[in-house]
Amino acid sequence: MVQYPSIDWLAISPLVILLGGTLLVLVVGALTKVWPRGLYAVSTAALSAAALVVEMVLWNRVGHEGPVSIINDALAIDRFTLFVWIGVTIATGLVSLSTADYLRREDLEGPETYTMYVCAAIGAMIMAASNDMVVLFLGLETLSIALYVLAASHRRRVDSQESGLKYFVLGGFASAFFLYGIALVYGAVGTTNIARAGQLLSQQVFVDGDDALLLAGVALLMVGLAFKVAAVPFHFWTPDVYQGAPTPSTSFMASVGKFAAFAAMLRVLTTALGARADDWRPVVWVLAVASVVVGSVLAVVQSDVKRMLAYSSIGHAGFILIGVEAAGHAGDQDGIPSSLLYLLLYSVLVIGTFTVVTLVTRSGDRASDIGSFRGLGKERPLLALAMTVFLLAQAGMPVTSGFIAKFSVIKAAADNESYAVAIIAMVASVVSAFLYLRIMISMWMSDAESGDEAREKVAVPWTAGVVVLASVVFTLVAGVFPGWLIDATRDALVVVR
Amino acid sequence: MSLFAASSPAVPFPVLTALVLVPLIGAVLTAIGSRHRPEITKLVALVSSVVTAGMSLWLLAEFDSHEGGFQLVSKHSWIDSWGIGWHLGVDGISLFLVVLTGVLFPLVIVGCDPHHDEKPYLAWLLLLEAGVMGSFLSLDLVLFFLFFEIVLVPMYFLIGGWGYDQRVYAATKFFLYTMVGSALMLVGIVTTALLARDDLGRLTFDLVEIAEGSNFAASTGRWLFFAFAIAFAVKVPLFPLHTWLPDAHTQAPTAGSVILAGVLLKLGTYGLLRFGVYLFPEAAVWSREVFLTLAVIGIIWGAIAATMQSDLKRLVAYSSVAHLGFIVLGTFAFTSEAISGGVMQMVNHGVSTGALFLLVGMIYERRHTRQISELKGLQKVAPIFAAAFMVVMLSSIGVPGLNGFVGEFLVLIGSFSTARWWVVIGATGVILAALYLLWAYQRVFHGEPDEANSSFRELRLREGAVLFPFIALIVFCGVYPKPMLDRIEPSVKSLLERVEEKTDFVVPVSDHSGHGEEGEG
Repeated sequence: MVQYPSIDWLAISPLVILLGGTLLVLVVGALTKVWPRGLYAVSTAALSAAALVVEMVLWNRVGHEGPVSIINDALAIDRFTLFVWIGVTIATGLVSLSTADYLRREDLEGPETYTMYVCAAIGAMIMAASNDMVVLFLGLETLSIALYVLAASHRRRVDSQESGLKYFVLGGFASAFFLYGIALVYGAVGTTNIARAGQLLSQQVFVDGDDALLLAGVALLMVGLAFKVAAVPFHFWTPDVYQGAPTPSTSFMASVGKFAAFAAMLRVLTTALGARADDWRPVVWVLAVASVVVGSVLAVVQSDVKRMLAYSSIGHAGFILIGVEAAGHAGDQDGIPSSLLYLLLYSVLVIGTFTVVTLVTRSGDRASDIGSFRGLGKERPLLALAMTVFLLAQAGMPVTSGFIAKFSVIKAAADNESYAVAIIAMVASVVSAFLYLRIMISMWMSDAESGDEAREKVAVPWTAGVVVLASVVFTLVAGVFPGWLIDATRDALVVVR
Repeated sequence: MSLFAASSPAVPFPVLTALVLVPLIGAVLTAIGSRHRPEITKLVALVSSVVTAGMSLWLLAEFDSHEGGFQLVSKHSWIDSWGIGWHLGVDGISLFLVVLTGVLFPLVIVGCDPHHDEKPYLAWLLLLEAGVMGSFLSLDLVLFFLFFEIVLVPMYFLIGGWGYDQRVYAATKFFLYTMVGSALMLVGIVTTALLARDDLGRLTFDLVEIAEGSNFAASTGRWLFFAFAIAFAVKVPLFPLHTWLPDAHTQAPTAGSVILAGVLLKLGTYGLLRFGVYLFPEAAVWSREVFLTLAVIGIIWGAIAATMQSDLKRLVAYSSVAHLGFIVLGTFAFTSEAISGGVMQMVNHGVSTGALFLLVGMIYERRHTRQISELKGLQKVAPIFAAAFMVVMLSSIGVPGLNGFVGEFLVLIGSFSTARWWVVIGATGVILAALYLLWAYQRVFHGEPDEANSSFRELRLREGAVLFPFIALIVFCGVYPKPMLDRIEPSVKSLLERVEEKTDFVVPVSDHSGHGEEGEG
């Protein structure tokens, strides 16, 4: 007789709410006429809010009862998981709202995009919670496939189709690497369970290269994860996909996609392979340095804002990798919290940024050249001001969340005496500041050119306005009063082991 | 040593916090004010800057001149998890810089018109004031960094939005140059606090706690000092990191130049004293010859470059490089007179160069050129204007009886015992200053005015009213510097005691105690 595992329904209720809700929206949406303005988006945002409430309840429960491993140790419900869940849910709600008017503007209105967001978010949440590498792979594929579709979802833009295909082909490769990595690690350790693998590896002593299988597996896992987080040298898809994908989808990839991939990376590296940190830490070091340097330098020479932001997201991934590197040092208490903090702050920032970009690219989603920002300071001063806040935050200016994010990873690095990587990253961030300045110059200081008059005016629908406002407020509040966030990320250190 | 002894009983008015918050609130109010009622916006900006100025003067009165430590301290917890606190305090070194900041901003708001978009201009200006105030008052490393860095943003927009032809280039250069320095400083700050944690038992970014409680190994201290010093050397600017300055100054609107020269550059020299010498005395003594040499090169280089400029504003900008060289020379001479002179020179330079930039701005308003070759014989058509320019210029040269002399003289005489050969070379900078400024004055004001210059307008009442406080300060500080020195010296002495205690450097005892310079020459 088959033994069914007992299921902690409350613990997985955020996933259930999101899945059930979005299927309902999809089915009802398919059977009814097009819903009035923004209702798909608002209902998706409401779903996220409902999931968020349950996540908060769970956060409390885990605080009282400690982390648990559920469904036959397939999922780990700890504060690490919940922090990522909360981040992903908030990001999903914000991106959904910012998509509302985009779809109408591009004449793509319908519930499908939102369902894709939610499916991707569920994948992301499974990745973050997975306590088993096979479950992790399931989450990864759920996320990835939804993202491929999202990238290609602008049906009339060839760029979008192209970006979807590129992402699909390269992403397929990365998934294959990852899967093969799981197989090899299983071969070496004898389990796919992450916590169990961690226990086994901490007891096992390898002699004379009989850990080759394990190391090969770790290497392949790293390739798969580094591809998903867009770390150099696995970043080549990023600029093309970010540029070609519909702008709201880009913002979804840059926030939720990164969040999930880093969560998975952190869990696999620190929990399963924590005993082998000396093996993977140098690799992460190289990835981090390469990412901050290449990301910043190549961002500066772009002329397309979406490409710039794609490269800058590579640079930010490098910063987060610094936190991951710090987490690989023995007894470190700062690496995981700083990475999580950076992820959350950056996600909100990048959503705000891309929401403004969505508005500025105007009908057709084509005007992403830096020149399209020309005169925005005159035409839409508040929008330009919000963008300025986002850009300054990305540059790491104090009083914004970006500073807190940078500060936390630099502190984590310095605490583990990784001064070189801290200095390289800070200098690279100055280089990338030039790119943010270029956008600000275009908005505020460039003289109008002929033909500017004929351009379509930048419209600010209320849904996008809400997203921008919420992001600005969060960016500034988190920049001035980050204490509660820092404490929350510290709680995430207690994970299922 | 109790640092909080000076804080008065009951609950004193948190004047230092107010000095930061009032301009900040003013900036926000200005920014959200209606575009259609510019007079209200201007009034709000003016009132908040005047209130700040009033509070800074009140601070001057409240200040206990016999106390060398930090006074009127305001300390609150802020980001506890990282040991970052809201810790403000003032001592003799920062006191006059705070007052200068407070006084300069309302004058600039009254004295300089932005020509367009007054609302954001005023908002940025007030935000700048809050940032500068915060930088001078912070006694927490991260808090200081926060203000030090945030200052860049309003200045960037002021130069880029209201500057001249090359404004975008100059603004970007200014921003990136300064940011490179502060990038290293951030790593330095974090590392300092983390290393001090071993001595202190807990993580804190509090400047006083770290300075009192920590003991860095010499080599560690040197690296950390280096990380801080680079940031400040860019800001000062010290040769060879000065190349952003002429561009930023020349392209900035008049208000920007006045503030940049008046207070922003002092963030560098102030930072060297407060965070360089105070935190890392051993490293500061160890590296003093490098700084002395760079300072002297700056003095000579700045002077020679100034001599060769054809643009009046650029000339003043290069003269700043030379003047700031004197301050650094004084700082790293490590005698009481030299450092006090340096601190005084920070204020004096702010007053006289600020006024020079105002005057050059007025010339540009009238003639729409800053080229020396296109100006001629202004003395004939505008004698009062010329007289004002003359006084300010003489103060900048360092003529006895005016403020510039006191600072420079103290720096030179104080440095002679510990940095003799540097002083010998540096002193020629005084002569060169006379050369380039007098020559410029001669070309611009002497001679017969040609057609374009004959309609040069005389000084207006409002302009005169703005210039008057500058000239009054120039004369007052030149004739009677004692009250100022009395307040600066105790803090400088306690700083030097710290240097002596932590290193084997011996500060020479001299009978020059800062009195009676006013008649010498």
